[in-house]
Amino acid sequence: MNYLNKDLNSLHQMLVNKEISAVDLVKGTLSNIKDTDQEIEAFNNLNDRALEDAKAVDARGIDANNILDGIPLALKDNIVTKELPTTASSNMLKNFTSIYDATVAKKLSDLGSINVGKTNMDEFAMGSSTENSAFKTTHNPWDYSKVPGGSSGGSAAAVASGEVPVALGSDTGGSIRQPASFTGIVGMKPTYGRVSRWGLIAMASSFDQIGPLTKNVFDNALVLNAISGHDDHDSTSSEKEVPDFTEHIQDGVKGMKIGIPKEYVNKLAPDVSEAIQNAAETFKKLGAQVDWVSMPNSKYGVTAYNALQTAEASSNLERFDGIRYGYRASDAKTLDELYIKSRSEGFGDEVKRRIMLGTLSLSYDNVDKYYKQAAKIRTLIINDFKKVFADHDLILSPTSRVTAFTIGVEDQDPIEMYMNDILTIPANMAGVPAMSQIAGFSNSLPIGMQLMGKPFDESTIYKAGYAFEQNTDFHKQTPKMGGK
Amino acid sequence: MADKITEEQTQHIAGLAKLELKQAELPEFTQQLNDLLKMLDTLEKVDTTGVEPTYTVTDQINVTRKDIAEDWGERDALLKNAPDTSDGLIKVPAIIDESEDE
Amino acid sequence: MNFETTIGLEVHIELKTNSKIYSPSAAQFGDEPNSNTNVIDWGYPGTLPVVNKQVVADGITAALALHAKIERHPHFDRKNYFYPDNPKGYQVTQNDTPTARDGWIEVDTKNGKKKIGIEEMHIEEDAGKNTHEQKYSYVDLNRQGTPLIEIVSKPDMSTPQQAYDYLEGLRQRIQFTGISDVKMEEGSMRVDVNVSIRPIGSKKLGQKVELKNLNSFNYVKKALEYEEQRQQQVLMAGGEINSETRRFDETNGKTELMRVKEGKDDYRYFPEPDLPTLSISDEWIDELKDSMPEMPAKRRDRYVNQLGVTDYDAMVITQTKEMSDFYDKMVELGADPKLAANYLQDNVNAYLNDNQTNLEDTKITPEAMATMIKMIMDDTISSKMAKKVFKAVTKGKDPKQFVEEKGLVQLSDPKKLQPIIDGVLNDNQQSVDDYHNGKDRAVGYLVGQIMKQTHGQANPQVVNKLLKGSLDK
Ligand SMILES: [Mg+2]
Ligand SMILES: [Zn+2]
Repeated sequence: MNYLNKDLNSLHQMLVNKEISAVDLVKGTLSNIKDTDQEIEAFNNLNDRALEDAKAVDARGIDANNILDGIPLALKDNIVTKELPTTASSNMLKNFTSIYDATVAKKLSDLGSINVGKTNMDEFAMGSSTENSAFKTTHNPWDYSKVPGGSSGGSAAAVASGEVPVALGSDTGGSIRQPASFTGIVGMKPTYGRVSRWGLIAMASSFDQIGPLTKNVFDNALVLNAISGHDDHDSTSSEKEVPDFTEHIQDGVKGMKIGIPKEYVNKLAPDVSEAIQNAAETFKKLGAQVDWVSMPNSKYGVTAYNALQTAEASSNLERFDGIRYGYRASDAKTLDELYIKSRSEGFGDEVKRRIMLGTLSLSYDNVDKYYKQAAKIRTLIINDFKKVFADHDLILSPTSRVTAFTIGVEDQDPIEMYMNDILTIPANMAGVPAMSQIAGFSNSLPIGMQLMGKPFDESTIYKAGYAFEQNTDFHKQTPKMGGK
Repeated sequence: MADKITEEQTQHIAGLAKLELKQAELPEFTQQLNDLLKMLDTLEKVDTTGVEPTYTVTDQINVTRKDIAEDWGERDALLKNAPDTSDGLIKVPAIIDESEDE
Repeated sequence: MNFETTIGLEVHIELKTNSKIYSPSAAQFGDEPNSNTNVIDWGYPGTLPVVNKQVVADGITAALALHAKIERHPHFDRKNYFYPDNPKGYQVTQNDTPTARDGWIEVDTKNGKKKIGIEEMHIEEDAGKNTHEQKYSYVDLNRQGTPLIEIVSKPDMSTPQQAYDYLEGLRQRIQFTGISDVKMEEGSMRVDVNVSIRPIGSKKLGQKVELKNLNSFNYVKKALEYEEQRQQQVLMAGGEINSETRRFDETNGKTELMRVKEGKDDYRYFPEPDLPTLSISDEWIDELKDSMPEMPAKRRDRYVNQLGVTDYDAMVITQTKEMSDFYDKMVELGADPKLAANYLQDNVNAYLNDNQTNLEDTKITPEAMATMIKMIMDDTISSKMAKKVFKAVTKGKDPKQFVEEKGLVQLSDPKKLQPIIDGVLNDNQQSVDDYHNGKDRAVGYLVGQIMKQTHGQANPQVVNKLLKGSLDK
C-alpha cells in the first residue's frame, strides 16, 4: 500500500465500506515500507505488533464516525511508546524502550490508529538534515542525494514517499516545517501548549511542540483535531477549547489580511523568492489582502534562539547519565567515569556541541549576558508578532531560504547549519502556530511556504492553506522516487 | 565582547556537563565554541533596556494538582530497564564524595 | 585577640503531604526500595512535573509562621548538578522567586527574647537516598521528590547556644503549623550551618565554613563550639580559614574536612520551563491565615493570663502542638486549667519520659484525662485514688467505668456517712470519753475505724467535719 494518492477521507471510506480491512492496510503498509525504505531509510524501528493491533480493530469493526480508526501512521523516534523502542536516534537510547506511552501516542491508538513504526531524526532533534542520526541517513524521496530536512526528516520522508499517510514530528526551531518544505508536504507546528508534550523527549522545553506531517492540509487538520487538548500531565498544555480545525476550512481567504515580513525575503534562492511572490498573487486573486510588514527583531532570532535552546537542552539532557536507563559505559570504575564515559560515548558530536554551548550560556559568568539577554530578545520578537497580528490574520513567508541541500555538504559548519532555521525560529520564539506547505518547485525539488497565525488560531492557517491547495496543483505532484 | 575561550575553558565546560573531549577533538571543539560565542556576543548589541525576559510562552498559570497519592505500578518495569540493580536498588560505582546537594 | 562569631543556618524541612511535590507517588518512608516511584521520579525521558497544590499551601503557611513576605508570582528554577540520587540532573527548586523573604522569629534565650531574621524560604524537591558500600553505592528513589521547604536564616546568631535556641524556636513554630513532623532523628528536619569568625571590631565578615552531618540540635551546638575554637586557633597561629565543607564526627565531637570549595559552585540556575508561574491570591493567603493554628507564644500568653497557670507550666505544655492541643481539649471539656496543667506536667510527662514515647503514640486521651480531673474536682475520687485511675487511663480504660468497677468512688455524702459515724461512736464509747477528757488522739483512732468500715472510700475531710460535729454535740 502506497499513500501518495490517497487521503484520509478516502482511506476511511474504503475501511468503512469494507473494501479493505485494517489488516490489509497494515500488511500493505509494512510491505511497502520494506521496499521503499531500502532507499529512503525513514524508519528506525517497525512495530512487530502492528498487525495484531490491526486485527483487534477489524475484530471490533471500524467506527464510521472516527476518521483515524484503522489508519496506519508513524511517530518520530522521540515520542515514547511502550510497544517499541524510542531511541531519539541516539546511541544513548539505542536499546531503550519506555514503559509508558506519550499522550499523543495514546490518543492516536485510543482512536484506533495503528503505529507502524518510529522514524529517523537528528539525534535528540538537534539538526536540520537528519544526518545527525546515530543510525542512518534518511534520503529525500524527490532526490536521494538530498537531505529530507530535519530534525523530523524521517517522518517527512515517510509521508512524502507514501510509506504512511500521516506521521508526527516535533518542532523546536523548525523541525516539522523545514523537512515538510524540503519534501513537499504539509507540516504544522501548532501553538505552544496546543498539544501535550508528555512523552516527547524534551529538547528545549519552552519551544518544543508535536505536530502532524501529512500529504495535504485537510488531513493535517484532521490529525491535529485528534492530538490537541489539555493534558493533566503537561502543565504548559493549554486549557483553551480545541475547535474542529476542519469546520471552516473551506471558507476561503476572502477579506483576510496577510502580511509578508520584508526581513524574511532576504537572501532567498531566486526560485524560492518567485514561489512566494506567486503565492502572494494567488492569495490576492482569492480575495485576500497581502502587504509588506516589518518584523525588525527577527534578525536576532537565530542567535537568541541558540542561547536559549542550547541552555534548555543542556539541562534536559542531563538525565542521560547511564544510571537509571539507556546506555551505560561498561568499564567505568568510578562514578565520575561512569557519567563521563556513558555521556561521551552515548552522545554524538552535535549533541555535545549544543550541550557545551548551553552549559556556557547558563554558566555563572555568562547567564546575564547570553541566556537572560536572549530571553529579553524573545520578548522583542513576541512584540513584533503582536504588532503585525494587531491588523493582520496571517504572516506569509518561505519556510526555508533554500530547497533541500545535498547530503554531506553542510556537515562541518555548525553556524551555517543553525542559520537554516532563520525563517522558522521566530514562530517557536513566540509560540505561535506555523505551517509549511508546498508552493512550487526548483529543479524538481519542492519549495515550501510558511503561514504563521495568531496564538491558538490554527484554523485560519488551515483555511488559507486549504484555499491555496485548492487553487494550485503542486501538492498533487508526487516524487518520482529518487528523482532524475 | 567576550574573550576567546581557551582549550582549558572548553575542558572546564565539558567537565560541568560530564563530557570528555579527547585531546584531538579539543582544538576543533574550542574553535567551534568560539565561533558560536562570537555569534552570541552579537546579542549584547541589542538594546533591551526595560524589556522583561520571556522564559516560557505557555498561556497557563497556576497549574497545580490535588494532593492525592497514586501508585502507577511501575516499580518492576523501572528496575528492569535499569542497567544494573541489586535488591530493588539501582547499583552504581561507589560514590566517594558524600557531599549531597539539597 | 578576641573574636566574634557569625552563624547562619539553612534548615530543610520535609512536608507531611500525601504525595510528592511534582509527582503523585506516595510521599512515604520505610517501604521497599523504589516502591514509591514512577517514571517522573526516575526522570524518564518525556516526563513532566505537575505541582502539588498542598505543597504551595504549606509553603505559604510556613511563610506566615515566619512573618515573611509572600511572593505572589513565584516560579520554579532548575538547579543543575549530577548525582545518582538526582535523577533529572537538576533539582526543581526556587532560586530567584522564593516563596517567602524577609521573615523573623522570636526565640527564647537565656538573656531573654531575641529576634532572628529569615533571609528567605523556598519550596523544592528532596533527592533520593544513596547507601554506600566499598565498591558500589545503591540508589533508592523513594525519597526523590518529597516536598521540602528550605529556610535560610540571616547570619543573626553569634553563639552556638543562640543557634540552638533558634533551631528550637523554629522547630516549635513549624511543628505548630502542622505541615511537618520536624524530627531531626527521622530526617524530616535537616540543618546545615555556615559559620565564620572575625576579630571584634572588624567590619569584614570572616571566611565562612560550611558544617554538615549534624543530626541533633546538640550536635549543632557542639560542632559550632568546636569550630569556633578551631578557627580561632588557626587565625591565632597566623593561618587562614579556607572555604570548605566540614563534617561533624559524633564520636569525637570534632569537625573534619570534607571538601575544599574551589571557586563558586556553578549550578546554572534557570527558570523551569515545564512549570507555569504560580499566582497566589489574597483570598488564598487569608484562607490559610484563618486556618493557621495558634502559635506557641500566643498559647503561652493565653495559658498564663487567662487560665492562670504558671510560666513554667505554660512552657512545658507548649513544647509540642500535640501536648498543647491536648491541654486545650481537656480545658474545653471542663477540666480545671490548673489541675489539668499539673497532671500534664507531672503524671503525663513522667509517663512519656519513663516510656520514651510521644503523647500521640499513647492511649491517653484528653477525654479520659478531663473526666478524671472532674472526678477529682467534685470529690468523687481523691488525689490518691487518681494515681490508680491515671494508670488505668494510660491503658486506655475509661476512668468512670474503672472507678465504678474497682469501687473507688469516694464516700462524701453526709447522709450516708452519718449513720456509719454514729455506729462507730456507739461501739467505741471509751474513745468518745477520751476525747471529752481532752485526748485529741482519740479522733485519729475513730477516723481510722470509719475508714476501715468504708473500705477507705470515705472522704476524709467530710468524715472529719461530721465526726467533730457529733462529738461536740
Ligand atoms: Mg540550598
Ligand atoms: Zn535545598
